[in-house]
Amino acid sequence: MLGEAAVRAGCRYYFGYPITPQNEVPEYMSGRLLEVGGTFVQAESELASINMVIGAAMAGARVMTTSSSPGISLMQEGISYLAGLELPAVIANVVRGGPGLGNIAPAQSDYFQATRGGGHGDYRTIVLAPSSCQELCDLTMKAFDLADKYRNPVMILGDGMMGQMMEPVEFPEMIDLADLPAKDWTITGNQGRPSRALLSLLLTPKVLEDHNYKLVRKYDAVTRSETDWEEYLLEDARQVVVAYGTAARIAKGAIKRVRSMGLKVGLLRPKTLWPFPSQPIKELTRIVRQLLVFEMSTGQMVEDVEMAVAGQAQVHFYGRPGGVIPTPEEVAHQISHYYYQAGLMDGEDEAKRRGGVA
Amino acid sequence: MKKIFEKPKSLKPNVMHYCPGCGHSIIHRLVAETIDELGIQERTLGVPPAGCAVLAYNYFDVDMGEAPHGRAVAVATGLKRVLPDHVVFTYQGDGDIAAIGTAEIIHAANRGEKVTAIFVNNGTYGMTGGQMAPTTLLGMNSTTTPGGRDGARDGAPLDLTQMLAVAEGSAYLERVTVATPKHIRQAKKAIKKAFQVQLDGLGFSVVEVLSPCPTNWKMSPVAAYEWTLQEMTKIFPLGVIKDITGYDEK
Repeated sequence: MLGEAAVRAGCRYYFGYPITPQNEVPEYMSGRLLEVGGTFVQAESELASINMVIGAAMAGARVMTTSSSPGISLMQEGISYLAGLELPAVIANVVRGGPGLGNIAPAQSDYFQATRGGGHGDYRTIVLAPSSCQELCDLTMKAFDLADKYRNPVMILGDGMMGQMMEPVEFPEMIDLADLPAKDWTITGNQGRPSRALLSLLLTPKVLEDHNYKLVRKYDAVTRSETDWEEYLLEDARQVVVAYGTAARIAKGAIKRVRSMGLKVGLLRPKTLWPFPSQPIKELTRIVRQLLVFEMSTGQMVEDVEMAVAGQAQVHFYGRPGGVIPTPEEVAHQISHYYYQAGLMDGEDEAKRRGGVA
Repeated sequence: MKKIFEKPKSLKPNVMHYCPGCGHSIIHRLVAETIDELGIQERTLGVPPAGCAVLAYNYFDVDMGEAPHGRAVAVATGLKRVLPDHVVFTYQGDGDIAAIGTAEIIHAANRGEKVTAIFVNNGTYGMTGGQMAPTTLLGMNSTTTPGGRDGARDGAPLDLTQMLAVAEGSAYLERVTVATPKHIRQAKKAIKKAFQVQLDGLGFSVVEVLSPCPTNWKMSPVAAYEWTLQEMTKIFPLGVIKDITGYDEK
């Protein structure tokens, strides 16, 4: 899925190293890229993969690598260079349980690593969080466009659940590489122009500071234009669940359950984790005082939600780490627990009103 | 008047930052002369290392892309796979290629990547101030081997180029030095041949250049050149290590 979407987005170069649970992608790419005249290289490590990605990006290609958590940790050096060198590339992390070798079950414990940069230096990676097969396809296509548009690495943050799921998907048409805007910064030989160097080494502090601020201006532009989220049943919601990816799917199931019991609960699902939809969450707090952040981790995105609401609403957290996949029943139980605790039920509201209780 | 000596076209007119007596500037010149003579300046891409030659892009007048420490041939692989008709070379020191980048160089050789690595071996981490390198000789002083490198404690010098010979994809490996004018001429020949190997698509090529580092060896330039020739070549013998080209039989 991810692989085919990448090919249709014009990706002709893939460099990767085996790691579960994402081996389907390199296996698919090894054959598919041959069919379209592309290049697949199985590298000797994730360190090598990401540096091959750097080289291919320098030469102007649409290029991708995929891995899972421990492998992504190894790539952090290269991702920092991609950001510093302003190179476009797509990296998919099929997140598994951690820390360390952890396990191979679906998890969301790499949120900090993905959204905080992960590697060294002041930089941001654009992070997309699909929650269905169709969206994985659409966001993969979009990832290549965003990477080129902003000359920045883009990470697709998924998990093993999405990797193994079967859903019907409508694939977009293959793009024509000739339709893409020309890149005027690549290194392809100095024919007819002065030679060019792509560098992240900027020894003079003032020069590096200027570069840092240039990146900041770019990140601000990304935040203004590309922040994306889904709103689900928010119109009358008294409590809002914030969840992304697989957790958001589980949350939707849970919300359907509690809605059938009369609880007015909605979902705000970030589709971009960086830039994070802080503004819509902040606006939500004008009418909603109860938020429940649900993650398949011990609580990472919850910090971004807390920053967004800035004390203007109560933020609860529910999470299951270690690759445990919570059931919709379990999440529904949490939702109703906080809902009742906050006295959001119609009946209670009515009783309070009649009894004159504040 | 006939011009008999000039600056290679593929070198920029910048003043080099290398220490007096350093071998880098000679090796830069040899690479640039090679690029000129083969007429490939407009389609040559260089990958400088982290280390003393990190600023090589200030000197080579070709497109260059900077790699993280040790990862030059992985970056070169990406470049070459996208631009197979271009000539891609890396320029790496001993720490870069034979310590932190060992995995990358062995596997690039094994894949037979059609790129060329210029491996400058001066037995020390020059840029960081003279720590022990994988190629530091036994007994040689460094800032991290007080009293000299001790094989039992620090391991013995590693002959990386020799290791690369077993990789099926390596086509041409030669060790040279810039210690004397005669050796410089041989070094030039080897570098040119390595680029030719790439142009002919025969496989991976490496030229290891034994190069003096007077500053970190704490020697005069003259003594350092002498030491390179007399001492380094005992552990790192000069000559062809592997050659599948058959060029010399023609």
